[in-house]
Amino acid sequence: MAFNWFKYSSPQTFYPLAGRLVPFFAVLAAVLGAIGLYIGFFVAPTDFQQGEAYRIIFIHVPAAWMSMFIYLVMAAWAALGLILNTRLSSMMATALAPTGALMTFLALWTGALWGKPMWGTWWAWDARMTSELILLFLYIGFMALQASIDDPRRADKAGAILALVGAVNVPIIYFSVKWWNTLHQGASISVGRSPSMASTMLLGMLVMALAYWMYSIAVTLMRVRSIILERERNTQWVRDLPGAPA
Amino acid sequence: MWDAFVAVFARDVLQAWRRRADWLTSIFFFVIVVSLFPLGVGPEPALLRTMAPGIVWVAALLAAMLSLPRVFGSDYADGTLEQLVLTPHPLTVIVLAKVLAHWLLSGVPLALIAPVLALQFGLEGEPVGVLFVALLLGTPCLSLIGGVGAALTLGVRGGGVLIALLVLPLYIPVLIFGAGAVEATVAGTGAAGHLSLLAAGLLIAIVLAPWAIAAALRVALE
Amino acid sequence: MLEVRDLACQRGEQPLFSGISFDVSAGELLWVEGRNGSGKTSLLRILCGLSPAEAGSIRWRGENIRGAREVLLGDTLFLAHANGLKDDLTVVENLRFDARLAGMNAGADRVDAALRACGLGERRDLAVRYLSQGQRRRAALARLWLAQSRKLWILDEPFAALDAESVDRLAAHLGAHLEAGGLAVLTTHQEVPLPAGRTRRLRLDH
Repeated sequence: MAFNWFKYSSPQTFYPLAGRLVPFFAVLAAVLGAIGLYIGFFVAPTDFQQGEAYRIIFIHVPAAWMSMFIYLVMAAWAALGLILNTRLSSMMATALAPTGALMTFLALWTGALWGKPMWGTWWAWDARMTSELILLFLYIGFMALQASIDDPRRADKAGAILALVGAVNVPIIYFSVKWWNTLHQGASISVGRSPSMASTMLLGMLVMALAYWMYSIAVTLMRVRSIILERERNTQWVRDLPGAPA
Repeated sequence: MWDAFVAVFARDVLQAWRRRADWLTSIFFFVIVVSLFPLGVGPEPALLRTMAPGIVWVAALLAAMLSLPRVFGSDYADGTLEQLVLTPHPLTVIVLAKVLAHWLLSGVPLALIAPVLALQFGLEGEPVGVLFVALLLGTPCLSLIGGVGAALTLGVRGGGVLIALLVLPLYIPVLIFGAGAVEATVAGTGAAGHLSLLAAGLLIAIVLAPWAIAAALRVALE
Repeated sequence: MLEVRDLACQRGEQPLFSGISFDVSAGELLWVEGRNGSGKTSLLRILCGLSPAEAGSIRWRGENIRGAREVLLGDTLFLAHANGLKDDLTVVENLRFDARLAGMNAGADRVDAALRACGLGERRDLAVRYLSQGQRRRAALARLWLAQSRKLWILDEPFAALDAESVDRLAAHLGAHLEAGGLAVLTTHQEVPLPAGRTRRLRLDH
């Protein structure tokens, strides 16, 4: 970022900035999403093994990427909030959690929809699917902990500690689930993609990933704006906002 | 510092001895949960033998979790936790003493009883020994990771159920390696890999968990 | 020795107090007054480093406690609203644990002397569960007889639930502590015979 980062680390200055950024990212998300879906559904060739049903990967795979990426970003914001004691960082972490959980849920759901025509089962205890399910539990735990603490600053700090412990654990969990999976070959199905992926497929997936990214930023900024308003409702600058109740 | 460690550990053990019924409850919980499974899935010996490691470990996870609110809960309620935080000793040392006491009172009894329960499931010989060792290595991990959950949920609405939500997903690696060790022995592939991974996990937990617990306790007392 | 500048505190999103400044030097006692909810307990918790202040600085022996927490903790004895006693342990076990934790190598005779000074000599082997409210408070206060090496006493409502005789005994002990160059910060709702000439007042509500 070219501008002075710390200037925008206070909720008061960040609120209008976020407000200006939201439409930008929202439009980008819509445009990229439209392009990505067009490539995915009309341009990309039919898979010779999986037929047309494979096209759900344009929704599924970017969601799975985002679900893990958002958890790391969330943990990073939380850590920053814990170390530097900046309220805005903690608010960012709180705002990211529902989007991350949504992505995880989307990845699980589309995974099930994909699995049924491909392997004839909604759910397989595959390493990736199991890790994704556990990731969903971690998101839910984070949100549940923050929701049950009344003091927002204690909620921020407690959530940050949990997010960090979770971030340390995610690789361990992933590794252990993979290990467990290889030991139980009988029950598992290989969900690997065909190595020779058409370049248009890859392009469609990347564009969709960018669209998800823009969507996540837009939604998170909107949510952060609501959190700022809620927490700072007693301050003068919020009362001075246009449209605030007198 | 060592003196403080010993003092806290000795106090928690003495306190638990005076309230031994509480601790016995979670041990019997373990026994009952394990005994429920044959009633649920049927007494087919081959099936029970395959399921035994998983059942014992899942029950151990639940039993360890059930006793977690006691680790810091009573200290928080009667004000002794404030006194502990306000000593000039590093809080991580005090935390480690409390977690060690929790392990001695919840983890070690589970490891001692589990071999007897394993016999009910038709496990014999080496797998039983491996189960014992795996529990000895795994239950301290459960106490350490669980301590983080216990500290985070101090004085929080719906604390008990919330602990389960926070802690159980984090317990999964311990479950996998712990149960895996016994299964590998039954299958004849050897448990060394699983057990060394459990030991590695324990080392990581010993190094990192006390920091997280201490930080969470400070947050809870603010 | 204790210098507090422009201290501010928030509970949740609600500001409790701000711009509090005071000094307490050796041999002085600060009586913090205020209505319920004016932030007396919060102030004491900030002073001993349990809670962070919203703004302002606290210096102990000339050093900001942010960087030198251990120095402050080594000198401080904090008595909270809760007694900090384990119900299942006996009075003497509780006290011995406190002494050990605080690094005070208190022999059995010193613990017994402290208990006798608080009028609990006969009940030393009783579990705290069986004590009355006032007796529990006295057991908690017995720490003050053990911890004479601690310079700064921070006491939250130390006189609550005490009978007249115990109030006088505690006031006298406080006086001796100040006489010896100690410091004390306390809250109380009662009119108690605090050592005259050494007591200063701080009102938190405006």
